[in-house]
Amino acid sequence: MSGHDVLALTTDVLIVGGGMAACWAATAAARAGARVVLVDKGFVGTSGVTATGGPNHWWVPPDPAKRAQAVEDRLARAFDLAERDWMARIIDETWRALPELAGYYPFDSDGRGGTFYSGVRGPEYMRALRRFAADLGVSILDHHPALELLVDHDGVVVGAAGHARLDDRLWAIQASSVVLATGGCAFRSGLIGSHGNTGDGLLMAAEAGAALSGMEFSVSYSLSPAWNSTRTLPYFAARFFDQEGRELDVPPPMSGEAAHLKALATAMIEGPVLADLSDAPALLKQLLRRIQPASMPPFERRGVDLFENRFPIRLFGEGTVRGTGGLQIVDEKCRTSVEGLYAAGDAATRELIAGATSGGGAQNAAWALTSGRIAGQAAARAASQRKSRATARGRPVGGAGLRPAADARPIDLSPVIPAVQASTIDFDGALWRSEAKLSSAKARLDLLWRDIADHAYATGIARIALREQAAMVAAARWVCASALARTESRGMHMRTDKPGLDPALGARLLTGGLDNVWTRLETDIVSQRIEAVA
Amino acid sequence: MIAHIFEDRCDGCNNCVAICPTHVLDAGKDGAPVVARIDQCQTCYMCELYCTSDAIYVDPDQHHLHVVDPQAILESGHLGRLRHDYGWGREAGGDEGHLSDFWRLGPLLREGAEIAARRYAGRKA
Ligand SMILES: Cc1cc2nc3c(=O)[nH]c(=O)nc-3n(C[C@H](O)[C@H](O)[C@H](O)COP(=O)(O)OP(=O)(O)OC[C@H]3O[C@@H](n4cnc5c(N)ncnc54)[C@H](O)[C@@H]3O)c2cc1C
Ligand code: SF4
Ligand code: SF4
Repeated sequence: MSGHDVLALTTDVLIVGGGMAACWAATAAARAGARVVLVDKGFVGTSGVTATGGPNHWWVPPDPAKRAQAVEDRLARAFDLAERDWMARIIDETWRALPELAGYYPFDSDGRGGTFYSGVRGPEYMRALRRFAADLGVSILDHHPALELLVDHDGVVVGAAGHARLDDRLWAIQASSVVLATGGCAFRSGLIGSHGNTGDGLLMAAEAGAALSGMEFSVSYSLSPAWNSTRTLPYFAARFFDQEGRELDVPPPMSGEAAHLKALATAMIEGPVLADLSDAPALLKQLLRRIQPASMPPFERRGVDLFENRFPIRLFGEGTVRGTGGLQIVDEKCRTSVEGLYAAGDAATRELIAGATSGGGAQNAAWALTSGRIAGQAAARAASQRKSRATARGRPVGGAGLRPAADARPIDLSPVIPAVQASTIDFDGALWRSEAKLSSAKARLDLLWRDIADHAYATGIARIALREQAAMVAAARWVCASALARTESRGMHMRTDKPGLDPALGARLLTGGLDNVWTRLETDIVSQRIEAVA
Repeated sequence: MIAHIFEDRCDGCNNCVAICPTHVLDAGKDGAPVVARIDQCQTCYMCELYCTSDAIYVDPDQHHLHVVDPQAILESGHLGRLRHDYGWGREAGGDEGHLSDFWRLGPLLREGAEIAARRYAGRKA
């Protein structure tokens, strides 16, 4: 390390993350009167999957009948794990919040004489949110990845510590409340924009004692040219061919039970698959560049005409990004199960609004916005009631990769990516799960975890990459444990040895723990609480 | 992955160093930034979008590093094209008007899915 200086700050609310959830949280906290510091691993504006995407938000006008219908329709596809109230809440909050960005985001026509708010282009959206937050006085620290949380003697989270990578120095920030908005974990699949989405927040929170929920719901993919993950708009009408030019029998997208995905994955296990977009809507061919400029370079720079030439494709795994698992939310304020700690966006479970199916396409963005605003505001209120906490010095509680439990020595990290992808990204292990496959994936991960927790150690900016590896191993272990414990098939969690729903498992599944990973149905806890009260 | 920085176009502003979300670049001693951690490049084109001098070229292969011919890139018209397409600062009015067709994304996506569904039903019939 260059010198041993540490950036030390104290604030009311600390936001960890730099995507849409973090920014909406920061603006809400600042408006509630708190001093707010936001630390991002990357640059607020370009980092996270929001920036490279361009999310469409769940958008239903405030007509009670329409809204109730939207909720019921979505609830019917959530496999009993979502909640009406939460769904209604994110629709309402999103409707009110997005127009507030006018002045920062160039909202344009909706084609019917009105303004189009629901869908936004990623780079412009994040640029707008950055300016909005800065104008409200939020201190934005780019390239300040958090590595661990600070916890006081009562177990309350009172800050975070990390490594500023542009100036290679440590930072420690004491805060009255902390909001984790570190995004989902894509297990380094190469998914567009997800390089920094390695589940760091999940590991940090679990080290402070937080529980996770729905980690078995982590199987989702998006189709792209094989060499560059893009957004998926161009490919919906695609026909598919094998290398010999034989057309493949692939059910259309959105045809239920992952039929489209499974047919493509089956073909890809056999060999390369090519897409043919000649059937795409004529208007799309004309307007793609205007709508999504970034969809063009992958093709143009290879001399491929995407609507004329067949090209090899790949399914890029999305892990918990368009899966639904994440930190458990215990109340309507987006609190985690640890005091002082809130979660928002893809770092939190999205089962509350999407259940066992993906919330991608509309719900996830509405959730990231709403959970961010709720968490930010609640964190600010709690901070104003607990000013004294910020001065209580926290103890850093990071383990694996930071403080080896045994002797520090170099370890081989090359098995990490294949091991973490075995039950989340690899087609056979993720789309056709079974006890045998999950157990073998778990055994590999347990060995890796032991090795990392006992020995792994790094200095300088290498600490950041090492913690990312540790976080992905931790996340994959929660996935395996949850997928093993959910002995049925529900939504995107599909087991060949347990096809069909088990009504006894119609509840959210919690997990957590580090050296010893545990799982428990949420209903058990609720019924225990009820018994305790009775 | 980021493949080339055109030093003669670069004004040394170091914008790209600051905005690269994955810390691929280091500030140069004097002049253009240097690619210090190519293994962290996620091929997101953000550096191109934020480089007001259009001095950066990202090769679209995110899995392999390719050696590119700078002269060919200059002649290809790709340099700066993405930022131009986004409307970032290139034209009078900036990004004004560049999102007027954005609302069509959802309808076009659904139309694509319907085309696939009709074709599939036709084949099965
Ligand atoms: C291609 C694609 C298209 C999508 N389209 C839609 C859509 O149309 N509609 C919809 O509803 N949803 C969509 N989604 C999902 C939606 O984009 C996400 O739900 C939403 O963007 C999540 O926002 P976020 O802020 O939680 O996460 P992100 O935007 O991923 O942000 C996470 C942030 O955390 C930071 N971070 C990570 N680790 C650390 C650390 N250790 N310290 C500090 N910071 C850290 C990262 O740098 C990043 O800034 C899409 C997703 C993808 C991948
Ligand atoms: S942003 Fe462009 S001009 Fe500025 S340093 Fe980077 S390459 Fe040079
Ligand atoms: S393409 Fe993206 S990750 Fe690569 S150098 Fe440019 S901004 Fe950084």
